[in-house]
Amino acid sequence: MNLLDITRAAVGNTFRSKTRTTLTVLAIFIGAFTLTITSAVGSGVSDYIANQIGVFGARDVLTITKTAEDAAAETEGLSPYDPDKAANGRDALSHVEAPHITPDDLDVIRQVDGVLDVSQVQHVSPRYVEYGENGKFELHVNVDGVLFNPDLASGWQLDGGTTEGQILLVSPYVDGLGFSDAEAAVGEVVTMGVADYTGEIHEVQATVAGVMHETILASGAAVNDTLADELYHLQSIGGPTEASDHSVHARVRFDASWSEEQVALLQTDLTDLGYDATTVADRIGVIQAVVSGIIGVLNAFAIIALLAAGFGIVNTLLMSVQERTREIGLMKAMGMGGGRIYTLFSMEAVIIGFLGSVIGAVVAIGVGAVANDLIKGTVLADLEGLEVLRFEFAPVATIILLVMGIAFLAGTLPARRAARQNPIDALRYE
Amino acid sequence: MNTSVLEPDPMLAARDIRKSYGRGAARFDALAGVSLEVQAGESIAIVGKSGSGKSTLMHLLALLDRPDDGSVLVGAADASQLPVRQLNRLRNEEFGFVFQQFFLTPNATVLENVVLPLKIAGVGASERKTRGMAVLEQLDMADKARNRAVTLSGGQKQRVVIARALINNPRVIFADEPTGNLDTISGALVEDILFTLNREQGIALVIVTHDPDLAARCDRQFFMRDGRAVGSLEVHGVSA
Repeated sequence: MNLLDITRAAVGNTFRSKTRTTLTVLAIFIGAFTLTITSAVGSGVSDYIANQIGVFGARDVLTITKTAEDAAAETEGLSPYDPDKAANGRDALSHVEAPHITPDDLDVIRQVDGVLDVSQVQHVSPRYVEYGENGKFELHVNVDGVLFNPDLASGWQLDGGTTEGQILLVSPYVDGLGFSDAEAAVGEVVTMGVADYTGEIHEVQATVAGVMHETILASGAAVNDTLADELYHLQSIGGPTEASDHSVHARVRFDASWSEEQVALLQTDLTDLGYDATTVADRIGVIQAVVSGIIGVLNAFAIIALLAAGFGIVNTLLMSVQERTREIGLMKAMGMGGGRIYTLFSMEAVIIGFLGSVIGAVVAIGVGAVANDLIKGTVLADLEGLEVLRFEFAPVATIILLVMGIAFLAGTLPARRAARQNPIDALRYE
Repeated sequence: MNTSVLEPDPMLAARDIRKSYGRGAARFDALAGVSLEVQAGESIAIVGKSGSGKSTLMHLLALLDRPDDGSVLVGAADASQLPVRQLNRLRNEEFGFVFQQFFLTPNATVLENVVLPLKIAGVGASERKTRGMAVLEQLDMADKARNRAVTLSGGQKQRVVIARALINNPRVIFADEPTGNLDTISGALVEDILFTLNREQGIALVIVTHDPDLAARCDRQFFMRDGRAVGSLEVHGVSA
């Protein structure tokens, strides 16, 4: 019997007992459907993170924090009061638990090999933003904004070199501030209000460089260094000097052409000096690790469902072997070798696996397309550019092959039983 | 006896074969040392009551099973020394099988049933069809080629089974109670077909039966009881 005939016979046999085949295919379908969906969520989300942020993330920047020396002690009971460590009550950063980076720290860091430039990251919190006479709105400025070259709806990235204060607005502000669309906002001047220590409001003009899509990591507006400095200067008026020259984060620039090993070496050097240095990739990596952890668990459940379905195949085929005992005996009597019988039954298992997985994948892709539209329109409408379920050829094909593989393994037991049947016993079987 | 020197090598031979089923108290000796030779072109009836071991003897001669002891010879070769692949080919190309219960695939067409041995042998679809139709023609069943096997009468089914047995131009047809499930008229027709094939195409027949009339039409009758040969009867007729 050649392979084509075996395949044809296997297809024919698969549909001989329609109810049984349908139920077994259904079990496989559930597993394959789930696996396709979970893997699509996995690649959708990590793709989003990688694309929207990772690709645009600055490659030559380390974010520095001072390592908390008593981090271990904090977890075991109460920490004793330390007046030197305690922040000044009027300190702008008193609410932050982490140790501060001072100008002295900057000097130390500047001496490290490979550090091109180090600067403090100052948190600025303007009170409002306004365009024309369209009303004042609260505005959150994300200081990490400059770490990324965000996905823009219109306009250009921030210019670090200019003396003009620039701002990148997040798309929801386009409507709120009274622009007709994202294009119209580019180049316009908005007014920002910032309060100093005494509560007096100062106004600052900023040019809208562009409008960006909202993302997971950078959820606020981004400002260039010129505007950040100006805002920080204004909000520090009347405050203690400590407040103005301390910060929680510092930012180190290094050579953008460095390899990962060189960056890792620099990170080690900084760690030895008592600083935590993370690249943008490290920070994204944490999120990705969490996402892939969740996806991994979901995938594991889908695989368990598939394994259970595999036993369904074993059961179905064992019944089929039982029912077709005489037919198997006849074929063996007529000279069909055990190997061919084995192939025939394995093929039936693989066909069941193929049907279940292809139907599962196709339905999953269909459901995914509908779900994507729903999610985009409602729950996650703010996260532009996010395709929660992303179906790619390779993972879907892998799933189909994996399911067929599981089906083949499930088929080995019944197929072996069929192949080993003695033609005489089989022909006598009533 | 040294008559075998004068006669050609038998096509098939069983030499003192034994076969038992079960073990311990349930042990049942189906064959307790039986020898039988089948010459090319002859017809043999293996006659006995049920449980006499006649079917087991036929199965062993047809290489469907191996004896516990003794040997089955194919020409000059000991079947137990032949590789499985070659045994499968022998059964596929040289042997034809006719069973009392037909063993047709009920929902397949007559043609599909008939060409099953060719399919197993790996013959291509178009050649299968040509040869299948030719053999159905020979048995006056060509008009039923497209019918499903389940729709046929018993006599028609047995003709389809004979067509299936014939499709590879076998040297021997093994028939286990070929008329057992048929009425007298269709039974006689099936018998005629088998003996015509024997006479005109030189196909040897090994027929297991308890029907004395059918047995009497064979060149030789081989009587069995309780797993042993209890005599044989040679008819020196026209065909000898």
